[in-house]
Formats: sequence, C-alpha cells, structure tokens
Amino acid sequence: MTGTSTQQAGQLDAAALLSLYEQMSVIRRTEKAAHDLFMSGLVKGTTHLAAGHEAVAVGASAALRPDDYVFATYRGHHHAIARGATPEECLAELMSKATGLCRGKGGSMHLTKVDTGMLGSYAIVGSHLPMAAGAAWSAQVRGTGQVAVAFFGDGATNIGAFHEALNLAAVWQLPVLFICENNFYMEYTPISSVTPVANPAADRAPGYGIPGEVIDGNDVLTVHDAVARAAERARAGDGPTVIEAQTYRHYGHSRTDPAKYRPDGELEQWLERDPLTVAHRHLTQLGIAGDELAQADSRAEQVVANAVDAAKNAPDADPAEAFTDVWADGGSTWRT
Amino acid sequence: MADVITYRDAVAEGIAREMRRDPSVVCLGEDIGAAGGVFKTTVGLYDEFGPDRIRDTPISEQAIVGAAMGAAMTGIRPVAEIMFSDFLACCWDYLANEIPKVRYMTGGQVTVPLVIRTANGGGLGFGAQHSQAVENWALTVPGLKIAAPSNPADVVGLMAAAIRSDDPVVFFEHKGLFASKGTPAPPEHVVELGQAGIVREGSDVTVVALASTVPTALAAAERLAPEDISAEVIDLRCLIPLDVRTVLTSLQHTSRLVIVEENPYQGGWGATLASLVADEGFDLLDAPIKRIASACVPLPFADALEERVIPTTDSVTDQIRRLMAY
Ligand SMILES: Cc1ncc(C[n+]2csc(CCOP(=O)(O)OP(=O)(O)O)c2C)c(N)n1
Repeated sequence: MTGTSTQQAGQLDAAALLSLYEQMSVIRRTEKAAHDLFMSGLVKGTTHLAAGHEAVAVGASAALRPDDYVFATYRGHHHAIARGATPEECLAELMSKATGLCRGKGGSMHLTKVDTGMLGSYAIVGSHLPMAAGAAWSAQVRGTGQVAVAFFGDGATNIGAFHEALNLAAVWQLPVLFICENNFYMEYTPISSVTPVANPAADRAPGYGIPGEVIDGNDVLTVHDAVARAAERARAGDGPTVIEAQTYRHYGHSRTDPAKYRPDGELEQWLERDPLTVAHRHLTQLGIAGDELAQADSRAEQVVANAVDAAKNAPDADPAEAFTDVWADGGSTWRT
Repeated sequence: MADVITYRDAVAEGIAREMRRDPSVVCLGEDIGAAGGVFKTTVGLYDEFGPDRIRDTPISEQAIVGAAMGAAMTGIRPVAEIMFSDFLACCWDYLANEIPKVRYMTGGQVTVPLVIRTANGGGLGFGAQHSQAVENWALTVPGLKIAAPSNPADVVGLMAAAIRSDDPVVFFEHKGLFASKGTPAPPEHVVELGQAGIVREGSDVTVVALASTVPTALAAAERLAPEDISAEVIDLRCLIPLDVRTVLTSLQHTSRLVIVEENPYQGGWGATLASLVADEGFDLLDAPIKRIASACVPLPFADALEERVIPTTDSVTDQIRRLMAY
C-alpha cells in the first residue's frame, strides 16, 4: 500500500483519500486484533500499539515513492502496513508463526519488509535516525533520487543519536525526512516535563539549519502534503526536513498499560479528532457518500478477520530458524 | 614495489585497492580526508578518490556507525573509521544491538556489508582512555566478524576480505604496530577471514597470538630456541570466525598451549579458545593451558607501569619456560 507515489502536495483526489481512509481502517482493526490476541494469550512478549497514529504512517507513505526507505520504531505496526506488509504477515509474526514477516525472529517490535522499503523497526530509542541518514547518503552516492524517512517518538528527541543524525544530515545535505510522532508521552512521562522546548523535534531543527514544521498528525491530508513537500525538497538536493506530527495514542504505552497517568478527559478530546473521523469528514465534504465509506470499513473488517484466521491457522515458527540468518551465507557458524 | 612497507601505509593501500576495484566502497570518519587520518592510515585516499568517496564526519560516533549501517543496508559498502577503539563505547549500541542483529531479527531480509576500522591497543603511552585492547567487546556479540592483523601484508589481505564480506567486520588495527615494517602484499592479495597463519613452526609448544602479541610471541620463541624449546607461533588473524582447527592441529604435535592476549585476563578471547581446547582437545594436552594476558587494571600511562600490565617478551618467555616443566 505504498500508493500514490507521484502525488504532489494538495493533489489527492477523493478516490485517493478514500483509499487512505481504508488503509487507516485496516490498521486500526489490525491493532485491535493485536490487542485482543495479546489479551487472549496468543501474542507473547509485548506490543506497542499505534491506534491513533494512523494518519502519520498512511499520509506519509502515500507521499513517498515505492522505492523510498522507511525506518520505524518498536511502535511500528502502522508503518509496516502502510509500507506494504499485510495484516496477516504482521499478526502471524506477533503470534510466532512460520508465515510471519520475519519468520518468528522479529516479533512486534521488529516488523520489517525490506522489499517494500520498510527497512525495519528498531527497539532502541532513537537508534534508527542515523541509519536513515545513512540510507539517504547511500541514495545520494548512488544518485537514485530516493529519500529515507525515520519515524520516531517525541521521547527520542532527547537521545544523542537524534542530534548526531540531524547534524550529519544537515552538513551532508542528505535526502532524509525526520518525522516525529509527537504523542506527548514517552512511556508514562509527559515529554513536556523533561524537555525545555514546546515542540521537541521541530524546535530543535533550526539549531541544525534544518526546517522544522509542526503539523496536525491526525489529518492524513495535512501529513501527506507536508511529507510530499519535504520529499520534493530532499529529491531536489535541498536536504533534510524535520516534521513534527502531533498525534495521540489511544492505548497505553505497551501491553496492558492502562495509561492511568493521563488526565481525565484528555483521551476523549483526542478521540473527537481521531484520524479516521477527520478523514471521514473530509470525504463527506468531497461528496463521498456514507455507504462508500461503510463499504471501505467493511472491506477492512473482512481483511483483518481473514488475517486473524489465517495467522491463527498458520504453522508455528520452525525451531531450526534459531540457527539461520546470523551471517550473509544464511548460517550462524562462528568457528572452524 | 618497495621491498618493505609500514603497517600504517598498508592500511591505506588495502583500502585503496578495494576502492579501485569496487566503486560502491566509500569511507567515512573523523579527519580521514585531506588530513589523512590521525594515524596517517588514510593518506592518499582523498587525493585519489575525492570528497564524495572519502567523507570527513563531525565528531559523532553514533552518526558515523549508524549511518554506515543504513548505507550498508541500502547498496553501498562503507568503511567507517572510529579513531581510537576506546571510542567504540560511544557507538556501542550499533555494535551490540543494531548491526549484528538486524539480519537475524528480520529473518534474513537485510545484509550489512560494512567495515568498522579502529586503532586498538596500548604500548604508546596514550593513557587509559586511548590504549585499551577492546577486541573482546566485539567478541561478546554474536553477528560481528573480527579481524586483527599483525603485519602489513595481512593488513592488505584481511582488508580486502573484510570489505568484500557481506557480513559486518570490526577491523582492529594495532596502534603499536603502525610503524612496524614488513613485506608488501602481492597484487590481488586476499586473506580469507577465519584462517589463522602459522608464523613460526615448532614442536614443543603452541603459542597462539593476535595482532600486537604476535611479534611478542615470535621474539619469545627466538629467545627460547637456544634453550632447545621449539615454539610454534600461530597468528589467529581473526577472532570471528575463530580458526580452532589450526590450533588443535598444532597441538597434535606440540601438546602444550600458551595463549598470549593483550586484553585484560577477565573475559579475554583466550578464555574462549582455552575452553574450546579443553572441550575438544583435552586428549592432545600434556600440560595445563596457560593464558598470558594483561592485568585487570586500566592501562597506566608511564612506560614502567604499562610494561608491568601488558604481556612482554620477558613475561611470555618466562611463562613458556615454566610450562615446559610439565
Ligand atoms: C535507549 C532506550 N532507552 C529506553 C528505552 C525504553 N523505552 C521504550 S519506549 C520508551 C518511550 C519512548 O517514547 P517516545 O520516543 O515518545 O515514543 P512512543 O513510545 O511515544 O512512540 C522508552 C523509554 C529504550 N527502548 N531504548
């Protein structure tokens, strides 16, 4: 679902927007399924759900070329799907199945699908920002016109790798987009309580000579347009951009976190501006009828229901996989 | 071709050969460009290959290694320099968590063909934060290959293998060896990773060494020869892959094993080797395995102190003599 690659800012028509709406609906339902499967014991370890963040992943992906690179975090189900992984492959990975994206070696925090440009989800906060800079450098060296994107949380803006990556990207004028999903919380702590500026990503960007923009991360059109502009700049050789998309996670940080630390009423306020609701409103204004939207939702529902069934019925990951893929020859031999 | 070349020049030579051969090889690091590197190990590269392929970086070890990783994942072959190996600690996340794991945890979707070069080890009086032998740090992490040459020809040959490797390689250049001289590498010279070299044949004791301890072991062997002690010296050249076979084969005719490491005794690579030999070659042994390693202290500055800490020809000679009593 990497979609409408050559769309310029503001050019999404009603049909394209409806398709983005449907992708968001698929992601939302996949997250719900992941949550339910976790609660019923079929997903082990942990999950970091991105329900509420869908517009960032979907809007950005729609503004990218299929061969652009995306690096994400442990909260990356939405990026993986927006970038072409199927809900079935993702849920199978969460359920330790042989048909999972990484054949059971990745899990929720490492969803990766390299052949569609999803270069991985990384669980060390901020570690992937320099990698995205490096992928952009490689594109620059090879002269391919590709851009690289790092999606990260607000919390990542206080780690050294963020600052090193921005500086390197600026001095080397790399075609890289740093897209912060500012959901206002790190794990359980509000970002504002540990950060000296109001916009943790965008306000720091000018210090590196990089444009920093704060946008409504719950409006898929706004995200699409901002990313399309930044990608255009990057491809023209004008260097990196920091986009800070303000959004909100509907669930707690991970697993069964009930998010008790959030003030009363905050979630409800954000739910009024849920990315699906916002897109729904746009579509209605563009003349898309209610039944077309309902059909999109029911298709999404079907896709995810099938994915859950297929993933549940898939064979378990092969234990022999534990000893493959350490090295490029496919094996794990370290001695003679 | 000159009949001798320094270890330091061999580093630049090894990189240049690969850059000429493969246009996707690029270098990045602090001061590696026009300045030629703080150890003068990249002299001439900038003139030959220009700023697009020889990139000076800010002092940003995380960005250097993280960017090298992203670049390696997407179609080029970066050779990243971390000036002193001690500074690997500043980008340890990439060595411990990112580079060695990404192929595995993505189910084989990603290949990371990169080399991280770094100046390792003591003996030059740089003090505790610029002198450590840290190859053991890398050894603790599954997924990194580790090369540590002891002479100029091996520098070139291992560099070729490291840069051509589709796996990530940490390449330890030894600071104390930079000025040492040796035979230049022949054209097209490649030393396969994981192939130890027998640098001196002998029949009484096998001395396994790496990088700086190779000349130390050779000097000890020469000193013991008049005493009718015949030492075989093995240069491991690589820690991963680890050439255990060459060591076991040597023990078949020597039956005694001495391991000489520059790194501190605790957790040293020699412990892994000793454990493998105890597991698989106990029958071959006529004496306990002897490990000679640095003392468990930060490396001191003054020569007189440093010499007490690091294995020397004297200490190695002495320990081999004692082992011969069995
Ligand atoms: C280097 C590092 N430190 C701490 C953690 C533990 N941790 C995991 S997620 C998280 C919060 C990150 O918050 P943010 O960057 O805002 O992303 P979000 O979870 O909101 O998407 C922390 C502290 C980690 N994974 N890596």
